[in-house]
Amino acid sequence: MSNPVIKVESLSKKYIIGHQRQEHSASLRDIFTQGARNFSRKILSPFSRTETGGQAATTEEFYALKDVSFEIEQGDRLGIIGPNGAGKSTLLKILGRITEPTSGRVSIKGRIASLLEVGTGFHPELTGRENIYLNGAILGMTRAEIKRKFDEIVAFSEVERFLDTPVKHYSSGMYVRLAFSVAAHLEPETLIVDEVLAVGDAKFQQKCLGKMDEVSQKEGRTVLFVSHQTGMILSLCNKALLLRKGEIEMAGTAPGVVTHYMNQITTSAPSFEAAFSKDRDISIIKAEAFSEEGKPETVFKHTQPITIAITCKINKWVNEAEIRLGVRDSRRNVFTTDNEFNVKPEGGSDTVLARVTIPGETLRAGRYFFSLMVFVRKIGGIDSVKDSFSVTVMDAGSKWATEDKDYGCVFVNCSWELAGS
Amino acid sequence: MVIEAGRTERHYWKDLWRYRELFYFLAWRDILVRYKQTVVGLTWALIKPFLTMVVFTVVFGKLAKMPSNGTPYAIMVFAALLPWQFFSNALNDASNSLVGSASLISKVYFPRMVVPASSIITGFVDFLVSAVIMAGLMIWYNFAPDWRIITLPLFLGIAFVAALGGGLWLTALNVKYRDFRFIVPFTLQFGLYLSPVGFSSSVVPQKWRFLYSLNPMVGVIDGFRWAILGGQPEIYIPGLIISIAAVSAALISGVWYFRKTEKTFADVI
Repeated sequence: MSNPVIKVESLSKKYIIGHQRQEHSASLRDIFTQGARNFSRKILSPFSRTETGGQAATTEEFYALKDVSFEIEQGDRLGIIGPNGAGKSTLLKILGRITEPTSGRVSIKGRIASLLEVGTGFHPELTGRENIYLNGAILGMTRAEIKRKFDEIVAFSEVERFLDTPVKHYSSGMYVRLAFSVAAHLEPETLIVDEVLAVGDAKFQQKCLGKMDEVSQKEGRTVLFVSHQTGMILSLCNKALLLRKGEIEMAGTAPGVVTHYMNQITTSAPSFEAAFSKDRDISIIKAEAFSEEGKPETVFKHTQPITIAITCKINKWVNEAEIRLGVRDSRRNVFTTDNEFNVKPEGGSDTVLARVTIPGETLRAGRYFFSLMVFVRKIGGIDSVKDSFSVTVMDAGSKWATEDKDYGCVFVNCSWELAGS
Repeated sequence: MVIEAGRTERHYWKDLWRYRELFYFLAWRDILVRYKQTVVGLTWALIKPFLTMVVFTVVFGKLAKMPSNGTPYAIMVFAALLPWQFFSNALNDASNSLVGSASLISKVYFPRMVVPASSIITGFVDFLVSAVIMAGLMIWYNFAPDWRIITLPLFLGIAFVAALGGGLWLTALNVKYRDFRFIVPFTLQFGLYLSPVGFSSSVVPQKWRFLYSLNPMVGVIDGFRWAILGGQPEIYIPGLIISIAAVSAALISGVWYFRKTEKTFADVI
């Protein structure tokens, strides 16, 4: 039984760029000169057929969105990702009724509030208190509604002390907090959010995420969220949409889409190789992953151990140098780092070959990126390579294999004890 | 709710009603902001019309010795200045209003008509403030209005509609053609002299009277003088009818054009 709150059917938005810009304000002169030119051309060569063709060549159609269709269910938190110019903002603008589609159709149930960039409608000269009322009204709240929620908004924003200061004197963090607070207390059925959380400190970001979670899960509202921070999409959204050049490239669960997107934008090689540099005392020159059988591999089953061979070349030995291996998941969270101290080669060799093995049944399905570092404590890195190469781990039948949600990236052997009552 | 290409919003007027408080808030913001960080504050709303009145009285009344039909020239001038300033401020603000709130328009949905309309409300507040001067002048000259003063809202209404109709046209055009940013103040400057602000419209020859009334502000100003000053020659009814017809046409066509272009504002602005 599907009951979509938002149903988008083959939505397209066309802009005309070029000579007669649609998205730019044309000057009257353009109109006149264009008209005069066409007129004179007609007078000078009334039988020529080229004039219309000549004008068309200077305009160009550009589809910001092309035949996009999807549905959003009640209570969904949909993240929209994609590279710049993929049509994310255009999509939100159409859904928020700010601009009109060229073709296609959207049906929306209930009130929709869009929050494109923070502080829309904030006036720098007005005080925090005044801006709450103004902004609330702009976002579609009634005065009574704002009054009712005023204290809640202020408390959430943590700017009580500066409530009667013009917001132009606010720090950007305070500004964002206040703006977000107003919007977070709207009660629309659907909330559209675009990159609002980019500013503000980590603590407040957490608070916002918590609020949005609350809004969507407890109150069953739908949230549409656009962000470049895929981590945020993952922690906030359950579904995601990947747009590219105005078309949907992928739609599905947030972890699935984000992983796909991350893999796309990563240009990480299956192995790592670098030239030896005389400027460094110790250089990492090679790194590669091997299977148990000693074969170079890029794809592993979750049960297979992964051995990483790291080759370093020594120019001049540094005491207490250690080799470090950092592992990051596809969302670029470092989830573990390991190191080895006794790496000084014996017998005056100038290369070190370190082999580090991640045991089988450690990593869950996903793509992992290895950062390598030669490091001296209290001094710092001698050489470091971030995301030097990556491997993919496939779930070959663990109890989580059929789950499509994100249940983390490592297997931990926990022990359970059960007791009655 | 359905969003579809080229489909005019069925709920537009309902939406406009739902956003009625936004009129108030935007006007309130404009008033609040306008005089922030000024020393004399709201007094500016008094100084400007007062000085204009003084200059006009001196130039037209004392130097050019224009007739005033027995009323103090200052009062005659101010009775015209009041609606004229309202009209010209409101029209000017309204025509710049959409471009001025470009950031709002490209980010949030609300019926766009709220923006120019609220800037006319702002102009109306200024009108009320300068009406204080009018009262002051009447006390100063010991001039009491008669029953006709109650017809004042009618003429004010015409000015209101004129400003709104013209404002809707101009602000929508301004979004696309920024030329109007220059055209409007320029035209209003001419309008000040083309309308009977500094002089009585009775100086206009009778045969031109009808043509002259095509300027809707002629009807409004004559009406104001008639309502406030009394004792004047009777109101020129055909002129008033033309004024009403002209402003109604401006309003209807203004709404039509605004609604037509409204959908593209966010793309063009």
